Amino acid sequence: MSSVRLLVGTRKGGFVLTSDGKRQDWKVEGPFFAGWEIYHMKGSPVDPDRIWASQSSGWSGQVLQRSDDGGKTWNVAGNKFLYEGEAGTHQWYDGTPHPWEFKRVWHLEPSLSCADTVYAGVEDAAMFKTTDGGTTWNELPGLRKHGTGKDWQPGAGGMCLHSIVIDPTDEQRMFIAISAAGAFRTDDGGGTWKPINKGLHSKYIPNPTAEVGHCVHHIAMHPSKPKTLFMQKHWDVMRTDDAGENWSKVSGNLPTDFGFVIDVHAHEPETIFVVPIKSDSEHFPMEGQLKVFRSKTGGNEWEPLSRGLPQKDCYVNVLRDAMSVDRMDECGIYFGTTGGQVYASPDGGENWQAIVRDLPAVLSVEVQTLP
Amino acid sequence: MVRVELPAHLCRLAGVGHEVTVAVDASPVTIAAVLEVLEHDYPALEGTIREHETKQRRAWLRFFVCEEDWSHIGMDAVLPPAIVSGKQPLLVIGAIAGG
Repeated sequence: MSSVRLLVGTRKGGFVLTSDGKRQDWKVEGPFFAGWEIYHMKGSPVDPDRIWASQSSGWSGQVLQRSDDGGKTWNVAGNKFLYEGEAGTHQWYDGTPHPWEFKRVWHLEPSLSCADTVYAGVEDAAMFKTTDGGTTWNELPGLRKHGTGKDWQPGAGGMCLHSIVIDPTDEQRMFIAISAAGAFRTDDGGGTWKPINKGLHSKYIPNPTAEVGHCVHHIAMHPSKPKTLFMQKHWDVMRTDDAGENWSKVSGNLPTDFGFVIDVHAHEPETIFVVPIKSDSEHFPMEGQLKVFRSKTGGNEWEPLSRGLPQKDCYVNVLRDAMSVDRMDECGIYFGTTGGQVYASPDGGENWQAIVRDLPAVLSVEVQTLP
Repeated sequence: MVRVELPAHLCRLAGVGHEVTVAVDASPVTIAAVLEVLEHDYPALEGTIREHETKQRRAWLRFFVCEEDWSHIGMDAVLPPAIVSGKQPLLVIGAIAGG
C-alpha cells in the first residue's frame, strides 16, 4: 500500500509526519533543527528520499539542510547566497530606494528531472539554482535585473520570492511569484523573465493595473494543464489559461477573497482549494470559523468545507506555502495553521481531522506520495 | 589551543558540545583568526557567525573576551594571553531577543 509523508516547516523547527494510505493514524517525528525557523521543506520528485530544508534564524542567518534518507538524518549543504554583480536597489516601504539584501530562503523547488538540481526563492527577491546537490548556489540574475526590479516593494512579510512552479512538459518554462512585485515567467530556464500580471487589479498601489507591484500570495498549477495557473492574490483569486498572458478574477461567491494558500486537486485540474481569510488587517477566518472553500469549476462557484474543522473561536492564519495535496487515488488535502495544527482530509476535502494540534506556528506543508 | 564557547543553536548545528577547541597557528591571534580555523574545522558554521562576503559579525551575535564585550572592538584586535593560552574561552553569545 502507498504511504504519505508530510514535511512541515514551523517557526521553531521541522517535522516529518507519516501515515499509510488510509491517512488516519500518523507518526510525528521532530522537531528537526529545533529552535530555527524552517520556512520550507520539499522532497525531490526524482528521488523522494532526498529532502531539502530551509533553516534560518535572526541570530545566525541561512542554513540549508539536505537529507538523503527520507528525513531520518540530515547534512548541512551550502548556504552562500550571493547576488551576482551589483545588488542595486528596490523600493522600501516608504517608496525610497533600498539596497537588495539577502535574508532567507522562502521556497525550495527541486527539479523534476535531476535530483541534484534545485531552485531557491529568496528574500530579498531573487532566484538561485544549484546543480551540484546544494554545495553551491548561483543566482539567476535575469530576474532581479529585469528592468522593473527598482519598482519592486516588500509586502508585510518582506520582499520574498515565495512561489516557483515548473512546467512539467518543458522545464525551461517556470513561473514564479514575488510579494510585492507580481508573477513572472521564464521560457529559457531562468535566463530571461517576463512579468505576467495583465488582468491583475490591485487597488492599494498607485496604478492598480501596473505591470509590476502586485502582492501575489501564491500560485498553483495542475501538471496536466500547464498553461492554466491559479493565483491567490492579496485580495482576489485569479486564473490564467494562457500561461499568464491574461488573468481573470474567479473569486465568485467566496465570502472574502483575501487569503494566502491555493492548491489544485491531484486528479481534477479544475478543482481548486483556498482558505479565505477575513482581511489584510485581520489575518484569521471569518466569524471564528475555519473553512476550506472548494471550486470544482476552476473558480467562481465555491462551496465551504468545514466537517471536522473548528467552527467556533478559531483565529488562526494559514500561510502561503502551508497547503499541499497528495496523489493517492482519493486525493488528500493538507494544511497547517499559525496555531500549530495540521489538518488532513483523506477524501478531497469532505472530512477533516487535526493530525497534530500543538506544533509551533506552521510556515509550510508539503506532502510526498510514496510507493 | 583556543577555547570557544558557542550558543546552543550553533552547537547543535555543528554537532559539538558547549565548547570547542581550535588550534590557531596565526600570529597574532585575533577573533578573525580564531573564526577562520573554527569555520575550517566545522564548515557548518560558515556564514552563521560572520557574513560570508563581508566577514562582518552577524548583528545578533556578540563576542566576549575576559568578561569584556569585544563585539565592537573589531575582528582584527589581538586577543589577550588568557584567551590565546586557553585559560579562558572566547565567548560567542546570541543576543537576548525574541521576547
